[in-house]
Amino acid sequence: MATILVIAEQAHGQLKKATLSALTAAQQLAAKNGGQVHGLVIGPGAAKSAEDLAGYVSTAYSVEGAGFEAALAETHGAAVAEVAKKIGATDVVIAATAYGKDIAPRIAAKLSAGIASDILSVVSANQFKRAMWAGNAIATVEVTTPVKVISVRATEFAAAQKAGSAGKVEALSLTAPAAKTKFVGFQEVKSTRPELTEASAVVSGGRGTKGDFKPIEALADVLNAAVGASRAVVDAGWQPNDLQVGQTGKVVAPKLYIAAGISGAIQHLAGMKGSKTIVAINKDAEAPIFQVADYGLVADLFKALPELTEEVKKLK
Amino acid sequence: MKILVTVKRVEDYESKIKVKPDNSWIVTEGVNYRANPFDEIAVEEALRLRDSNAPSEVVAVSIGTASASTEIRSALAMGADRGILVKQDGFIDSDAVARLLVKVIEKEKPDLVLMGKQAVDVDDNVTGQLLAEYLGYGQATFASKHESLESPEEKAKKPGLKLGADKKTLQVVREVDGGVETLELSLPALVTVDLRLNIPRYASLPNIMKAKKKPIEELAPAALGVDVAAKVKVVRVEAPPARAAGVKVPDVLTLVKKLHEEAKAI
Ligand SMILES: Cc1cc2nc3c(=O)[nH]c(=O)nc-3n(C[C@H](O)[C@H](O)[C@H](O)COP(=O)(O)OP(=O)(O)OC[C@H]3O[C@@H](n4cnc5c(N)ncnc54)[C@H](O)[C@@H]3O)c2cc1C
Ligand SMILES: Nc1ncnc2c1ncn2[C@@H]1O[C@H](COP(=O)(O)O)[C@@H](O)[C@H]1O
Repeated sequence: MATILVIAEQAHGQLKKATLSALTAAQQLAAKNGGQVHGLVIGPGAAKSAEDLAGYVSTAYSVEGAGFEAALAETHGAAVAEVAKKIGATDVVIAATAYGKDIAPRIAAKLSAGIASDILSVVSANQFKRAMWAGNAIATVEVTTPVKVISVRATEFAAAQKAGSAGKVEALSLTAPAAKTKFVGFQEVKSTRPELTEASAVVSGGRGTKGDFKPIEALADVLNAAVGASRAVVDAGWQPNDLQVGQTGKVVAPKLYIAAGISGAIQHLAGMKGSKTIVAINKDAEAPIFQVADYGLVADLFKALPELTEEVKKLK
Repeated sequence: MKILVTVKRVEDYESKIKVKPDNSWIVTEGVNYRANPFDEIAVEEALRLRDSNAPSEVVAVSIGTASASTEIRSALAMGADRGILVKQDGFIDSDAVARLLVKVIEKEKPDLVLMGKQAVDVDDNVTGQLLAEYLGYGQATFASKHESLESPEEKAKKPGLKLGADKKTLQVVREVDGGVETLELSLPALVTVDLRLNIPRYASLPNIMKAKKKPIEELAPAALGVDVAAKVKVVRVEAPPARAAGVKVPDVLTLVKKLHEEAKAI
C-alpha cells in the first residue's frame, strides 16, 4: 500500500502556507494511489508544529535536537530519508520553496527515488505535470521508480483543510549525521507587508521605476498587497532578491497582480501568469506585458500609480 | 585548487519555443542554442576563484551530443583551462546526469564543483543537489552575494564565494526565502549558483582563438559504467494554456471601475 510522507516547513511554530498546498497535493496523490498521508517536521519548534500538522495527516512525526537546528540539506535530508525508510514511504512530498528545492533531491538520491520537481498537478499515481522552458511548455513526466519524491508548486494547489479528527503525534529521536556544512548566519529581509507568495494582491515594479519604489509601495499599502519586482530591479540592487518574481524567482498567483514599468519578458511572465486578474501599466503600448494583462493602461507609472492609489483609497 | 564547472547546452531563451504537433517534445529546428545562463555565472565564478588562488585549474564539463562541445568551447573562451564532454545522444534525466558526473568527479578529484541552480530548458533545479548527495559533499544552493551587481567589488571581478585562509573551507551567501543565509562548506564541496553572484564576462577574440587549441576530452557513458535509463521520463509535452486577451483602458478611473465592478479584484 502506498504511504505518503509530507515534509512540512514551519516558522516560529507555525506551518507555512506552502506546506498546506503540499498537503493538498499529497491528498490528491492519495486519491490516486489509495495511500495514507503522514507528515514530518524537522528543526527547532518541530514538536509543537507537529500538533498542528496532525490536523491534516494520519501521523505527524517530529524531529528536533542537536544537529537539526539549522535547515542544512545534509542533515534534514538524511532525517527525511531515515523516517521515510522507517515508515516504508512510497512517496515523499514537499513544497518547492527554497527549503524544499534544497533538500528534496538529496532525499531522492538517498532513497534511489526519481524526483518530479515543482509539479503543477497530479495526473496519476506516477505521472505529474510540470513547467519547462520558462513555462513555454508543460510536460507530463512519469516517475518510474518504486519510491518517488515530488516537490510541489504551492500556487497550483489550494491550502488543505483540517480533517475532522486529528491524527497521532510522534516525536522521533534521530542522530544527525556529521555535516560538512556549517551554518554561519541568516540575514532576514524585514518587511511589514504580506509575504509575496502568500499575499492576495501583488504590486510589482520594473526597470521603469528607475529604482523609485515609493509609488509602488504606496499602492501596495492601500491594497494590503505584497511588493514584487522584475529581475532588472533586483540586479540593480534597488530591491532585495527575495522580491524577484519569475522563472528563477518566486512564482505568485494572487487575485490581483499589478505590473508597473515591467516589459513582460517570458521569464517574468513564468512567475505571475497564474494570477487571477492582471493589470499592466506601461508607457510603451507595444510592451509584451499587455498580452497577458486583463486590463492594460498605457501611461507613465509616476502619474498613474498615485492616481490609482487615491482612487482605491476612496473605495475603502 | 581545482574547480570543476558544468555547462549544459540549452535552447536560447531568446528563441521562440513551440511544442511539436505530436506532443513528444519541442520543435528544435530553427532554435538557437547556447550555454545555460546559470552555468555561465558558474564559469565566471570559477575563473575569479582560480585567478585569486594560483595555481588553480578550471575544468568545464558537459553531457550531451557532439554539438555540446560548442558550449564547452565558450567556457574555454571565457578562460576555462580544459574541457570534458560526456557524449550522450537523446534525452537523459537529471539523475543520470548526476550519476555520470559522479564518475567524472571520481576521476578528476576537484576541490570544488560549481553548477547552475537550474537548467533553463527542463527547469529541474535538482542536478547539483543529487550530485552532492551521491558524492557525500556538503552543498550550498542558490549562491549569491551581499554586494549588488553594480558594486565596486563586482566591477573589480572579486569572487563572491570566499575561500578560507587555509583553503579548506568556502563561505557562501545563499538566497533563501525571507532573506540570505551564510554557510561554510568544508572542501570538497558543491555550490549551485543564482543570478546575483556575478556578471559573466564576454570572451575576447584572442581568447576565442586560444580556446580552439585547448583540449576537450571525450568520454562515453558506457565506459563510465553508468546506466542512463531514466528514472523520470517525459511522456508528453503540451503548450501552456493561453490567457484570454484582455482590454486596454483609457484612464485610471476606468481601470478602477473595471477592477471594482467587473473583476471584483478591489
Ligand atoms: C536565465 C534568466 C532568468 C531570468 N529570470 C527572470 C525572473 O525570474 N524574473 C524576471 O522578472 N526576469 C527574469 N529574467 C530577465 C528578463 O529576461 C528581463 O530582462 C526582465 O524581466 C526585464 O525587467 P523589466 O521588465 O523590469 O525591464 P525592461 O525590460 O527594461 O522593461 C522596462 C519597462 O518599463 C517601461 N517603462 C519605462 N519607464 C516607464 C514609466 N515611467 N512608466 C511606465 N512604464 C515605463 C518600459 O516601456 C519597459 O517596457 C531572466 C533572464 C534570464 C536570461
Ligand atoms: N547535460 C548536462 N551537462 C552539463 N551540466 C548539466 C547537464 N544537466 C544539468 N547540468 C547542470 O545542472 C544544473 C542544474 O540543472 P537542472 O537540475 O537540470 O535544472 C545546470 O545548471 C548545469 O550546471
